[in-house]
Amino acid sequence: MAQSSALPAEQYNYDIVRKFTIMAMVWAVLGMSVGVYIASELAWPFLNYDIPQLTFGRLRPVHTTLVIFGFGGSALFATSYYVVQRTCQARLAFPWLAEFTFWGWTGGVALGALTYVSGITQGREYAEFEWPLDIAITLVWVSYFAVYVETLRRRSQPHIYVANWFYLAFILAVALLHIFNNLAVPVSLTKSYSLFAGVQDAMTQWWYGHNAVGFFLTAAFLGMMYYFVPKQAGRPVYSYRLSIIHFWALIFLYMWAGGHHLHWTSLPDWVSTLAATFSIILLMPSWGGMINGIMTLSGAWDKLRSDPIMLFLITSLSFYGMSTFEGPLMSLKSVNALSHYTDWTVGHVHSGALGWVALVSFGSFYHLIPRLWDTKMYSEKLIYIHFWLATIGIVLYITSLWVAGIGQGLMLRSFDDYGNLAYTFIETVEFMHTPYVWRALGGAFFVAGVLVMVYNMAMTLRAAGRERVDEEARLAAKLAKA
Amino acid sequence: MFDWLQWFTHMEHSKPLALVLFFGAFCGVLIYVFTGKNRAKRLESYKYMPLDEEEPQRPELDGFARDDRRARIETNPIPQGDGQ
Repeated sequence: MAQSSALPAEQYNYDIVRKFTIMAMVWAVLGMSVGVYIASELAWPFLNYDIPQLTFGRLRPVHTTLVIFGFGGSALFATSYYVVQRTCQARLAFPWLAEFTFWGWTGGVALGALTYVSGITQGREYAEFEWPLDIAITLVWVSYFAVYVETLRRRSQPHIYVANWFYLAFILAVALLHIFNNLAVPVSLTKSYSLFAGVQDAMTQWWYGHNAVGFFLTAAFLGMMYYFVPKQAGRPVYSYRLSIIHFWALIFLYMWAGGHHLHWTSLPDWVSTLAATFSIILLMPSWGGMINGIMTLSGAWDKLRSDPIMLFLITSLSFYGMSTFEGPLMSLKSVNALSHYTDWTVGHVHSGALGWVALVSFGSFYHLIPRLWDTKMYSEKLIYIHFWLATIGIVLYITSLWVAGIGQGLMLRSFDDYGNLAYTFIETVEFMHTPYVWRALGGAFFVAGVLVMVYNMAMTLRAAGRERVDEEARLAAKLAKA
Repeated sequence: MFDWLQWFTHMEHSKPLALVLFFGAFCGVLIYVFTGKNRAKRLESYKYMPLDEEEPQRPELDGFARDDRRARIETNPIPQGDGQ
């Protein structure tokens, strides 16, 4: 970036953080817009226009990949590179390798989306990339690990701050998950078959799938939380010792919980029960972490009235608490019998993804952007508007899918006096039309909020450019006088 | 000679053993973290790390640009050189 050398705080490598921050917002707009489009397709199926590239089946992995790996991944790269440098008081190691992680990750996500639209997919949820892209991503990830660990090694602080533990656990676990879930036999450049078969394949897929949620969308964002919440609040985290317990309990327990995605299938019963048990126990570290984050504001609750960034961060923790209560509840076999294969699951995922992951990322970015570009945010009012658009959008989304999912589950389980199914499948589809419309509206609210943020960010960057020109003019004038 | 190793290969043995080992490790972490006055003090001192970073003093970062940009420009006009 042209301005990077002119900025004052270049004791650290902020250039790479800026790049990932900008790309995170680009992916957010693209990925979430695709999400609203496919949500609208479910409500109004004519939107397929009989074009294969526009069908739900092809666009759905585009949406999940762009928001999870594009937006979420770029946000994690940006914040982890920022946090590791700041808390270690060391400049990022191997800048050329960090640069490679940016181009590799961005290119990988873009290529992945293009292949899905073309119908090239492994058909593994959240891991649809075909094998050449999987290998490329592995290289990027190993580079990320090398940059991160070497920066930690070069730290001038004796202790490694807990946020870095969460980031490092995420890097290690995702490497493990990505490699084992994608073991496959390629038959051509664009087609491969999984190394696993039958129920083992399903178990591997959900071991990956659940831990993608656990380590990519939870542990790593907790790392973000443990840095940006205290930083924005101007107060230390409530209890450092609780954060240590939170860390060890969370990373140990998550690994075992994937089987709850396969209740009432051919998966052995004991695996299913074990997964449900671990899911219930997971409530404790999850809520411990949430309480630790929220209580950081203890004694300074007034900040919620005056600081919109704090609103983002604390609301994200509230959604984290809510979705980590809902998750264990849904992992109970009896509840799962109702909820599985319904839109309740989709609503649950979005309460975590929008409420927790996206809000904590937005809050962190609002903290980060003025510091990266050495300016201040263009408008505080627009941050408030973004917050309310996002919150209303999430609430609309979740409640409509509770109605759709629980209603659908109850209809599918209803019997008449003669033991026949009380409703046909098409009746459940008709019932879900209205909630689907509300869900699409909720998503549209959320995307509108993101667009407001992008505008606010663009104006901030423009102002930063102008300020720099002013500064240079002032300097030149001083020099001319001298 | 190594027949006793067979004992570990039975799931009804290895599962409770794993449970005891992991639970023991977790209890160990708990005891380590929550005992010892000095250790507690040391561990809690780390929570100030994000706040103790070398932060350049830039009070202007505490606000929002749109509300006071005009005021700032008026109070800090760009000096004009002789040739301007």
